[in-house]
Amino acid sequence: MDTSRSYLEPSSFSKKLAATIIIVYTVITLIPISWMVMTSFKNVNSAISYPPEVFFEPSLEGYVNLFTNRSRQSQEYLDSLPPPENWYEELVRSREMVITGPSKFLGRYSNSMIIGFGSTFASVFLGALAAYAFSRFRVPLKDDLLFFILSTRMFPPIAVAVPIFIMYRKLGLGDTHLGMIILYTVVNLSLAVWLLKGFMDEIPKEYEEAAMIDGYSRLQAFFKVVLPQAMTGIAATAIFCMIFSWNEYAFAVLLTQFNAQTAPPFIPTIIGEGGLDWPAIGAGTTLFLLPVMIFTIILRKHLLRGITFGAVRK
Amino acid sequence: MSQIKIANLQKLFGGFTAVKNSNLTINDKEFFVLLGPSGCGKTTTLRMIAGLELPTSGEIYLGEEEVGMLRASERDIAFVFQLFALYPHMNVKNNLSFPLKMQGYSRSEIKTRVEEAAKLLRIDHILNSSISSLSGGDRQRVALGRALVRRPKAFLMDEPLGTLDAEFRELMCLELKKLHIDIGATTVYVTHDQLEAMSLADRIAVMDGGEILQADEPAVIYNKPATKFVASFIGSPGMNFINIDQGISNEQSTLNIDGTNFNIPKQYEISKSKKNSFGIRPENLSLTNEGGLKGSVFGVEYLGSRKIVTVKTNFGEIKVKTNISTSVKINENVQVKPSNNNIIIFDGETDRSLKSEFMN
Repeated sequence: MDTSRSYLEPSSFSKKLAATIIIVYTVITLIPISWMVMTSFKNVNSAISYPPEVFFEPSLEGYVNLFTNRSRQSQEYLDSLPPPENWYEELVRSREMVITGPSKFLGRYSNSMIIGFGSTFASVFLGALAAYAFSRFRVPLKDDLLFFILSTRMFPPIAVAVPIFIMYRKLGLGDTHLGMIILYTVVNLSLAVWLLKGFMDEIPKEYEEAAMIDGYSRLQAFFKVVLPQAMTGIAATAIFCMIFSWNEYAFAVLLTQFNAQTAPPFIPTIIGEGGLDWPAIGAGTTLFLLPVMIFTIILRKHLLRGITFGAVRK
Repeated sequence: MSQIKIANLQKLFGGFTAVKNSNLTINDKEFFVLLGPSGCGKTTTLRMIAGLELPTSGEIYLGEEEVGMLRASERDIAFVFQLFALYPHMNVKNNLSFPLKMQGYSRSEIKTRVEEAAKLLRIDHILNSSISSLSGGDRQRVALGRALVRRPKAFLMDEPLGTLDAEFRELMCLELKKLHIDIGATTVYVTHDQLEAMSLADRIAVMDGGEILQADEPAVIYNKPATKFVASFIGSPGMNFINIDQGISNEQSTLNIDGTNFNIPKQYEISKSKKNSFGIRPENLSLTNEGGLKGSVFGVEYLGSRKIVTVKTNFGEIKVKTNISTSVKINENVQVKPSNNNIIIFDGETDRSLKSEFMN
């Protein structure tokens, strides 16, 4: 028998097997994403060519098309224009078009940012306060209230789309940033309360008691002592909330058109000449992926510890 | 520093009475220990003094001021928790300066005070360490330091040595005592460990079932317990009790048990009950061949300097602390007899000790 390792440690065979499975799984999940990124760097023709091109000459046409509105012009008109001022104008003219102005993408993208981060902040902040109260105080009907909060997630949110649509119209919240932030916060809040309550329960109440003895009010103790220790839970909760609000499509289609439209309903509507502009859509989705990716990477350290739900405490 | 007084203090949790009608005065600069088994209300009493629980009724005075309903932050007391509750996201220095920041001290004042406390507790070399890297003893010192920097009216400690291992506990016990002598702060200390209580306290209050049974100096608590519970809880092993089915009359000075007459201290009180207990500590008993209670040796424990012999009698097991030279065998027939007059009669109805020549 091999006595050089503990019998509790996995054998080298099972380690190799696990690694293989993880690599295969990673590759499978990465295929659509890498295809999307590749599409964003193709030109219109190579994007729809069959068989699909894996090796191609990269082009920024998709990104240019994403950010601009263009119109087709006759060769005579193009010849009469002064020479192009920069590389993207040149690129557009080579397709016999001129740039007529910026597209709506940047506006939609910043709407997504405002609504995504706004509702994430609101969910986590309100969720943390509620979770703290549920964790520490003798709230009347505590269990029933917690169940009620959870029950708001027992049906798909879109099931209440019609009443919300009518309410929003009456309240003047339709197609506003505030309206979307409120809506996403409501949907995320139950998750935030439940997740954070678990984390708050893990923090011994002696910490805030010590702070209160040291002269701080309960609210000050909450911010100075409890919140820093709940960082793990807050990071995990924030990521879940952010992913939902950032990706939400159905309500965004229904409730927003111009002012507060987010990127998800906008990107699929990018129409080029003679059909969908796949490279532009690829470019839009690639850029759309970035904020959540960066957000997750920043909070990754906390997330990895957070996913174990504080089961192990030093 | 100041005196702490609690008057008619009561605390109910739902239908459960955690603290019953307690009265207590803790003198200025005194090291006062609340001692009792778990669930006896000692921690609840301490938390009410701190302001972490509000009393159901009654008053708490810190000095002259009635603070019963004030928030913890308004009372100017310090609390050392059993698990220390050091803020894990701050280093030692920030933990120590945290209470001072709230009170608006200047940077230089905070620095001086933190360094002063650190020096006193010999933790000045670890000021920049993180809490998680500290040993149990150092955490204990930091927790004390955090209590110390503010120079509060009183220190409250909730079993602060409970989580330390035995060796450290002894050391910290000494340090605590020395610290108390150095700074002379009014201290209320909660523990369930009688040895800790005995070695630290100026005075001890023994609690059980939410009631303060006796509050006095350690020697009085040990030698002249006010109730049967105090007598059995304090001492290792606790006091022996022999049930006697007879009333006690005034001026009585002998007692017949099992056909043998024993001298007892002259009694000054008539018992309410006809079923009382005869209480005597193991070290006040001796083994003899005649004139005592008959029994047989059930067990012998060797304690190094003394031996504890357990004798099985018609009145239950009786423990006798004897000289190391005493040699008895298991099942050997022996008799047990008081070697002095340190005998207490406990009333069967009230469980309180009856007044006598000894219990005056």
